[in-house]
Amino acid sequence: MEFFRIKRDIPFMRHALVFNIISLVTFLAAVFFLFTRGLHLSIEFTGGTLIEVAYLQAADVAKVRAKVEGLKLGDVQVQNFGSASNVLIRLPVRGDMKQDIVVAKVFGELCRVENGTVSIKETRTDKGETVSGPVCDANGTHPVVLKRNDFVGPQVGKELAQDGAKALAFVVAGIMLYLAFRFEWKFSVAAIVANLHDVIIILGFFAFFQWEFSLSVLAAVLAVLGYSVNESVVIFDRIREAFRRYRKMATHEVIDHAITSTMSRTVITHGCTQMMVLSMLLFGGPTLHYFAVALTIGILFGIYSSVFVAAAIAMWLGVKREDLMKSSAKEIDPDDPNAGAVV
Amino acid sequence: MNRYPLWKYAMLVIALLVGLIYTLPNFFGESPAVQVSSSKATVRITRDTATRVEQALADAKLKPDFVQYEGNSVKARFQDLDTQSRAKDVVSKALNPDPADPTYVVALNLVSRSPRWLTALHALPMYLGLDLRGGVHFLMQVDMKAAVNKRTDALVGDIRTALREKTIRGSTSRDGNNIVVTLRDKEGLTAAQNLFADQFTDLEWAPITDPNDFKLIGTLKLTAARATQEAAIKQNMTTLHNRVNELAVAEPVIQQQGADRIVVELPGIQDTAKAKDIIGRTANLEFRLADMSTEARAALDGSGPVPFGREKYTIGRGAPVIVYKEAIATGEMLTNAQPRPDENQQPAVSVSLDAKGGRQMRDATRNNVGNFMAAILFEKGKGEVLTVARIQSELGSEFRITGMVTTDAANELSLLLRAGALAAPMEFIEESTIGPSLGADNIAKGFNSLVYGFTAIAIFMCLYYRLFGVFSTLALMLNLLLLVAVLSMLQATLTLPGIAAIALTLGMAIDSNVLINERVREELRGGASPQAAINAGYERAFATILDSNVTTLIAGLALLAFGSGPVKGFAVVHCLGIITSMFSAVVFSRGLVNLWYGRQKKLKGVSIGQVWRPSVDDPATAAKT
Repeated sequence: MEFFRIKRDIPFMRHALVFNIISLVTFLAAVFFLFTRGLHLSIEFTGGTLIEVAYLQAADVAKVRAKVEGLKLGDVQVQNFGSASNVLIRLPVRGDMKQDIVVAKVFGELCRVENGTVSIKETRTDKGETVSGPVCDANGTHPVVLKRNDFVGPQVGKELAQDGAKALAFVVAGIMLYLAFRFEWKFSVAAIVANLHDVIIILGFFAFFQWEFSLSVLAAVLAVLGYSVNESVVIFDRIREAFRRYRKMATHEVIDHAITSTMSRTVITHGCTQMMVLSMLLFGGPTLHYFAVALTIGILFGIYSSVFVAAAIAMWLGVKREDLMKSSAKEIDPDDPNAGAVV
Repeated sequence: MNRYPLWKYAMLVIALLVGLIYTLPNFFGESPAVQVSSSKATVRITRDTATRVEQALADAKLKPDFVQYEGNSVKARFQDLDTQSRAKDVVSKALNPDPADPTYVVALNLVSRSPRWLTALHALPMYLGLDLRGGVHFLMQVDMKAAVNKRTDALVGDIRTALREKTIRGSTSRDGNNIVVTLRDKEGLTAAQNLFADQFTDLEWAPITDPNDFKLIGTLKLTAARATQEAAIKQNMTTLHNRVNELAVAEPVIQQQGADRIVVELPGIQDTAKAKDIIGRTANLEFRLADMSTEARAALDGSGPVPFGREKYTIGRGAPVIVYKEAIATGEMLTNAQPRPDENQQPAVSVSLDAKGGRQMRDATRNNVGNFMAAILFEKGKGEVLTVARIQSELGSEFRITGMVTTDAANELSLLLRAGALAAPMEFIEESTIGPSLGADNIAKGFNSLVYGFTAIAIFMCLYYRLFGVFSTLALMLNLLLLVAVLSMLQATLTLPGIAAIALTLGMAIDSNVLINERVREELRGGASPQAAINAGYERAFATILDSNVTTLIAGLALLAFGSGPVKGFAVVHCLGIITSMFSAVVFSRGLVNLWYGRQKKLKGVSIGQVWRPSVDDPATAAKT
């Protein structure tokens, strides 16, 4: 089995301008949505309270919303989570009210609607651990179960946002330095521009669809950044090798050759990673949902940007054979006629 | 050229064995157990406790798998839930004669079912995080400003006392973070300066600007402030430990996070309100005079009533004891308590009180030399005697408690004295409660996505690259094995993001093998002989693999450095996975290839799937199986 039967190098660079324009448009759209809609940040960043409850049957989200809004706890968001019977309730930070009181109040209200009363009960799990917690009891059944609740103070959220920004800066700087050291500054600039454009596009998707941007999504974004730089590195490696091997080739031909010969690996690797991510998306449940979504977008755009964007930018920046030959003096070709950009 | 020396194969086998041994405990699952730990600050679990548990179980004809002494607790493992709950009642009755005031916490717990020889090798299963297990998580912020404030206040008092003792006249006050000492005259100023240089080394004194103004301004040195803050967070953690014990949680986690935060995780607890109530409670320490008169002795024997104005305490070290109701000094006056050997190199605890406490201590002990003094810790209105000691001389703000037999005992007493109160107030800044069913759900989901993803990759690789695909799959399996083994060795806490990271890392790690396999195909396509193609494929792909892993590692390290909580767990797994993948994808898979093909001198072809050749003159005679 061999998927890629390419006879000649595909002239990617001939269309570099088109690809760059497509990239620019997507990028600008992403930036536009980021500014106009903003990210829908999770309570980890904004601070607030999150309550997940499970009903026996499919939950009536509108009714739950009305009831919780009736408690006057501020701007409430209610939505299904994972399945029709699970409901997620988000509440903003309340300076004047303690967290456990908020949760008790909301849960009490939801329980009362189901004609039950809340009491603290000790139960045993099937593994033999004792667990004590509030239980809503209505004539022997538990119509609504408190699955989890989270509270994040406002100061934590602010710090997380700062740490996230620092982590991003660290990754960008680290990768640029490494690539500049291993290859050349033009490559490191090209790789970072191409991959940051991926990051912005992922964020753009999250802004456009108003998907929840949580800590795990941030982790996914940074992991994707490291991963798709891989892609550019593999292509750059080939460019260097082709410069050495094919003395007569022009820069754009070298790049075309490098991309074509790594094409098969690019698609297979990303395909494999995507299989794993898809498995998380399908079987990982709601907690891993947006993590997997961010990875999926990142992987798809990662292929695109490494193949069509990174190399093209390196070409615009004017990579030359000499740039990569510095280390091994004997391989310098003084008569390279094709240095610089060729479109 | 495709042969490994023997030591390389040996290394691979060792890696495989170590991986297997340390991964193994995770597969045995857990059995119900009963865990006994101490609920009193003064009671410690010893081997003797284990014997008592064994005895109690034997008396009730309950058969445990084993009863194990583990330093701070005794664990007894059982076959089934029924035995476990009966055992809990039996043990609890045997160890706690008074159920209203239990000395031991008897909790239901889970203990790994892995055989003992594995445990002896320190091969333990990974610890499950709260999101997989259910429980409460708190993040608490310690008010460091308050800790420094408290220290500054104590210093102001100490300076006043020291000046009075040296009969230097002047006034001492606090101005923000500064301590301002105003003196009467030049002599006073010099005397004070000498005194401060001698006794108050924690303070930094500003140079005098106006020679006619006899004023000294001091601030807490940066190092001293930092030491104060560190001491405060340590003390708060100790206090939290003691309080959490009461919740009868089998395995509470209390950890420092950053400079000024404490994480508390209580698996199995869902009732946040109660947990917060207990964690936020205040305990108090009191030093009181003990009454050793004949009436008091009679009261201890039970032959007489407790004399008026005294109280009887029956729990703790040196108990029972009759003490006066008035406190000489309280926990708030205690500034420090450290284990420090006395001049005879005998274990002792040196105690520092603030100026007010010192004065009261002096007044109370002056006429009571030869009598006894007790330190009592009050929690929930109940007193527990920490120590009863003879007053050997008039005491001041610094004194020593001697008579401890071991250094351990001294360490413990100093800890207990400090444990009474929080060194600085704390605020809950994050909390979350995860139901146990949600945890089990999360395990299943994480595990399923890993298994299905892995299977999909394995099937694809085997179909596309044939035997080389099988090698790649085996390498990926080893990667998973090593990753789990390393995580188990480190006793890392497995969380849902951690499982996601394992899955993602495996998905990315296959990249190395794809690179190698594609390279080998390419070499074959270029007309290289099979052996040369394998060699060149591995050699040439390595540089690329290294580069790409380094960039991924940079991202992983950034997450590790700046992430917290779930992201950190993700990052740890991610970074470790990159390292193990380098080993398994390059060294191990090469080892397999060498073992299979290396010894065949006249190798006709390799099984790496169809290698398509674009050449026109030569019809594709692919090196295929």
